Amino acid sequence: MPADSEAVAEQVFVALADPSRRAILAALAAGGPATATDLAGRLPITRQAIAKHLARLAGAGLVTAEPGERRRVRYRLHAAPMQVAQQFLAALARDWEGPLGALRNHLGTSPVGAARRQERQG
Amino acid sequence: MGFPDRIERTVDIDAPPSQVWAALTTAEGLAAWFGQRATIDLRPGGAGRLSWDSGHSAELRVERVEEPSVFGFTWPIFGLPDSDPRRTYVEFTLEPAGTGTRLRVTETGFAQLPQDAHGKAYGGNTEGWARELGELVGYLNASGQ
Repeated sequence: MPADSEAVAEQVFVALADPSRRAILAALAAGGPATATDLAGRLPITRQAIAKHLARLAGAGLVTAEPGERRRVRYRLHAAPMQVAQQFLAALARDWEGPLGALRNHLGTSPVGAARRQERQG
Repeated sequence: MGFPDRIERTVDIDAPPSQVWAALTTAEGLAAWFGQRATIDLRPGGAGRLSWDSGHSAELRVERVEEPSVFGFTWPIFGLPDSDPRRTYVEFTLEPAGTGTRLRVTETGFAQLPQDAHGKAYGGNTEGWARELGELVGYLNASGQ
């Protein structure tokens, strides 16, 4: 496992563990780039707290800062780290038991499988 | 964190390898237990497709066909955008076990390096736009003179 991709994923999970940061990332995902002031108008979080969280998120590479109107800094969600985290989740979310169980039922209840079971029982 | 790169499951099936092979490698077989609809071109490099009533679908690329013991394909990592080049490799191995079959499935590649792929997919695109916009600006400036 590459250590740097683990580090990227860990930063995503740490960011998502906090409800305020989750709300900020969700707002950027839903509405596109926004300034701290925009976000303070939409979320039940103070502008100061939002600015602090945005600085941490930018430091972790989860949002990027860019010049906005009237010299305000605008923040944009940076999707690449989320996709690194998502590939880890894909391993945990992969369900092989369900399909393999369906395969076993499908073949086990087919005429040949059923006949063989009867032979063994008989 | 120690997330797995490789997932492995083994199941004993009460049917001979030839029947399990048909269930894994034919459109009719796959549609009976895996996708709700399936197509497959069974040769290395051949394309397959599984789709479900939920609207979800997966594009397969057949990699190994060694009847009746090894069938391998790659498919996209669940949850990543269609444009993402990363894929996991799924391999089924079939062994006779008594009158039935021991079927093992391994899926590998969950922890593959994303950096290069992202460099190409994101950086490449961004540079492309910057260059094209630069050319547009150059063109407009030149025609304004």
